[in-house]
Amino acid sequence: MSERGGRLVVVGNGMVGQRFVEALRARDRDGRWRVTVLAEERRPAYDRVRLSAVFDGVDADELSLHTPDDGVDLRLGEPATGIDRARRVVTTATGEIRYDALVLATGSAPFVPPVEGTDLPGVFVYRTLDDLTAIREHARGRHTGAVIGGGLLGLEAANALRLLGLATAVVEFAPRLMPVQVDEAGGAMLRRYVAELGVTTYLGVATTALRAGPDGAVAALALADGRTVDAELVVVAAGIRPRDELARAAGLPLGPRGGVLVDATCRSADERIWAVGECAAVDGTCHGLVAPGYATAEVVADRLLGGAATFPGADTATKLKLLGVDVASFGDAHGVTAGSLDVTYTDPATRSYAKLVLSDDARTLLGGVLVGDASAYPALRASVGGPLPAPPLALLAPAGGPGAGAGALPAGAQVCSCNAVTRADLDAAIAGGATDVPALKECTRAGTSCGSCVPMLKQLLDAAGVRQSTALCEHFDLGRQELFDLIRVRGIRTFSRLVAEHGRGNGCDICKPVVASILASLGAGHVLDGEAASLQDTNDHFLANLQRDGSYSVVPRIPGGEITPEKLIAIGEVARDFRLYTKITGGQRIDLFGARVDQLPQIWRRLVDAGFESGHAYGKALRTVKSCVGDTWCRYGVQDAVGLAIALELRYRGLRAPHKLKSAVSGCARECAEARGKDFGVIATETGWNLYVGGNGGFRPRHADLFATDLSTEALITMIDRFLIYYIRTADRLQRTAAWIEAMDGGLDHLRSVLVDDSLGLCADLDAAMARHVAGYSDEWRDVLEDPVRLRRFTSFVNAPDVPDPSITFAVERGQPVPARGAPPGPDRRRQPVALGLPEVRR
Amino acid sequence: MSRATTPAWTPVCPLDRLDEDRGVAALVDGVQVALFRTADGLFAVDNLDPVGDAYVMSRGLVGSRGEVRTLASPLHKQVYDLTTGRCLDVAGVTLRRHRVRCRDGLVEVRLRQEE
Ligand SMILES: Cc1cc2nc3c(=O)[nH]c(=O)nc-3n(C[C@H](O)[C@H](O)[C@H](O)COP(=O)(O)OP(=O)(O)OC[C@H]3O[C@@H](n4cnc5c(N)ncnc54)[C@H](O)[C@@H]3O)c2cc1C
Ligand code: SF4
Repeated sequence: MSERGGRLVVVGNGMVGQRFVEALRARDRDGRWRVTVLAEERRPAYDRVRLSAVFDGVDADELSLHTPDDGVDLRLGEPATGIDRARRVVTTATGEIRYDALVLATGSAPFVPPVEGTDLPGVFVYRTLDDLTAIREHARGRHTGAVIGGGLLGLEAANALRLLGLATAVVEFAPRLMPVQVDEAGGAMLRRYVAELGVTTYLGVATTALRAGPDGAVAALALADGRTVDAELVVVAAGIRPRDELARAAGLPLGPRGGVLVDATCRSADERIWAVGECAAVDGTCHGLVAPGYATAEVVADRLLGGAATFPGADTATKLKLLGVDVASFGDAHGVTAGSLDVTYTDPATRSYAKLVLSDDARTLLGGVLVGDASAYPALRASVGGPLPAPPLALLAPAGGPGAGAGALPAGAQVCSCNAVTRADLDAAIAGGATDVPALKECTRAGTSCGSCVPMLKQLLDAAGVRQSTALCEHFDLGRQELFDLIRVRGIRTFSRLVAEHGRGNGCDICKPVVASILASLGAGHVLDGEAASLQDTNDHFLANLQRDGSYSVVPRIPGGEITPEKLIAIGEVARDFRLYTKITGGQRIDLFGARVDQLPQIWRRLVDAGFESGHAYGKALRTVKSCVGDTWCRYGVQDAVGLAIALELRYRGLRAPHKLKSAVSGCARECAEARGKDFGVIATETGWNLYVGGNGGFRPRHADLFATDLSTEALITMIDRFLIYYIRTADRLQRTAAWIEAMDGGLDHLRSVLVDDSLGLCADLDAAMARHVAGYSDEWRDVLEDPVRLRRFTSFVNAPDVPDPSITFAVERGQPVPARGAPPGPDRRRQPVALGLPEVRR
Repeated sequence: MSRATTPAWTPVCPLDRLDEDRGVAALVDGVQVALFRTADGLFAVDNLDPVGDAYVMSRGLVGSRGEVRTLASPLHKQVYDLTTGRCLDVAGVTLRRHRVRCRDGLVEVRLRQEE
């Protein structure tokens, strides 16, 4: 039978098709199936759910779901055109492919109602990246738009048109918005929100025709009640129909409303043919959401390898976020279950509406609707079919209330519906040692898609008794962020006052540098002044990097890596005169190694005189802004990468942060500066700059995420200013930007709302803080050289200022000094020479 | 500087050369000593980090763990009890202590003889 393996053909490379292939490949360890995927679209699978994000400036590439797999023959732009079940072949424009098993994953097509004029230029559907590109093109220079259909997709499309700058109308045949998910009262609340966004709604009325303007493109909608709506661009979002044309032509039975009819194992009437995702009518019902689609993918992957999985039933819960408006519906939202009871809650002040549908004994949660404030959604959705986790009113109280705890959920409740992760899975991960949200995300995938369940992950950790303490160390019960706020708001300037009033003991090597960094961020003067000197770890204490033998290395700032010959020579002379080991670093600077404490001021004096300043290579501070050559020299460059890198490096020099910060600027998309591996990176476009954030080297290398596109230089700098100050104020100790964003509820979207839309009202404050930093900067080396009291610290021995530290001695390696190593104590710690393999010459 | 006879007290520096909670290094009879002044008084230990094998302890951070006065190595952050020299993070490792006192505003050190 086909379960033994052979040739597998998958038709469709959408979200579910891709998930199916991944699931199968992950389990098919011995390669039983040879897989061919036929894809109609010209790009590999992408995240259709986040499609609209491209209007928020997300690069199409970021939506990609594709992971390269040599074991899969992926044929892009090659749709299947027919199936011959007798000969077991699939036809495409280029030939025939034989199959032992065939999986249909062809998704849906948008439904376009038979209305006159839908074929006019300027009328679009909303399904693929190509559709969105076409919509964006057409919107250019136009002012009005309309969406036909006020459901989930229609509202999403309306928001997109709004973002494109069009005055937008929504026409919905039903008497309320989102008629499938939301009840009448919820729909009314939703309508008020939508109106506030500037979107006009026409409810309970049909569109009868689309009318062309003088240029032949669409110009207006005619409504059944005689009204006309101006629209130079129309999106039809009136529903979807499963793409069952291949199955239909091959004579396979279809569902009552279309779709490839399959049973709970997702197998069609032909035992060699399966269907997954939106094109499948499982036991007669098609599901238009990705979660049930993924479930079908898992079922078929399992079955094809001899498993016995069946479709577990669909979770039709949905949550929509329309720029600040939360809408969620789940379970039996309309109360169709016999005898069901409604509990509703309307608060005109906070403009939230909530409804819970309960069983007749009011014990079991059947479903619900939330508009305005959907914070209770994850807990409620996960409770459907089970006992209520708290009394109904407590659950509905604004802001989710603490009552909606995940701790009360049954083991089988799905906490993350995007990735089908149950409470039991999460509890197992916690028992297995996951002690925080990032760890849970990593080992279960929960919270990695829409993110709405992240608050529940925290609650589950709490419920399992995992103390997610934010306490910095034994001396403070507060975390770094709270300490920052406290110090800022109370105007505290010394560690001793802080620990006396808000901590205990004498501090330690954990809290002291943190407080030193916070004080420095808040502009409390030179890092070595007064008591602050005792807080700095040795790098900051000597403004140089401690190396393994107790000597220090010195890194002068070379902004953007640009340096004159005179300065190069000056560095060379310093290195020669002080016999320093010299190395060009990964950040386009020159590192001088092997300086004794007492030599540091002399070295700085020479460097400062030559026009250098401290590169802060020793601090948790901005290190470098690397750059490529940009349009000054490079024939591909489209902007001045070097000029921008220098400007950024000078602007943020000396900025103390929870972790060291690195940046880079590339002059074009070729990315020679590797900007996407940095905490913040900039890549030039034809029209401006793209900003990426949260990339890191370090233990877990990670590419940065696109944050904003096509920014002017001024807008770019404002964005980076805010990003950095917000990071400095709210990150944990030693938390890099990547981990900081990952740990944030709502992730990158939240960050964008704070920094771009000013959702927390912080931006003016952040901007002012950066302005203070820029104005207050002075070179720490120069400051030391100018102050005899500070200088006094730079001696090897307090009682023998002229004696150099005798423990620092050098050997020579490749012509340069390196730390000498004494006789190895114990295991041989001498250096092994690096062996080079010589090419063998064959005669 | 023979170790057979009791070493003398060596004056090292005026007390005001020591900042509170911050160390300095001194050379006493050829031995590198790390000196600290805290609210509890003066402390002197070897400047050699017994784990990292470099002369850096004077540049460590002074603090406390519970009731214990501590010193953290700047190399790899092992924490030592300043009073006993015992390493609190690595069993069996000890930092040699020395005697230290203040006379007429001068800090004096006397090397300890045991090991
Ligand atoms: C804008 C938008 C927002 C959405 N938001 C959400 C949401 O918030 N939550 C949610 O759960 N769902 C949402 N959805 C629905 C979700 O995207 C779909 O449920 C999911 O994509 C279905 O996956 P699929 O693989 O079945 O179909 P698709 O992703 O549509 O993939 C089908 C693929 O098959 C290809 N194909 C079709 N016929 C052939 C052929 N003959 N040969 C080769 N290839 C073929 C198609 O070109 C397509 O690429 C949204 C959809 C859209 C359009
Ligand atoms: S990123 Fe572009 S501009 Fe910069 S060096 Fe490379 S090709 Fe040239």
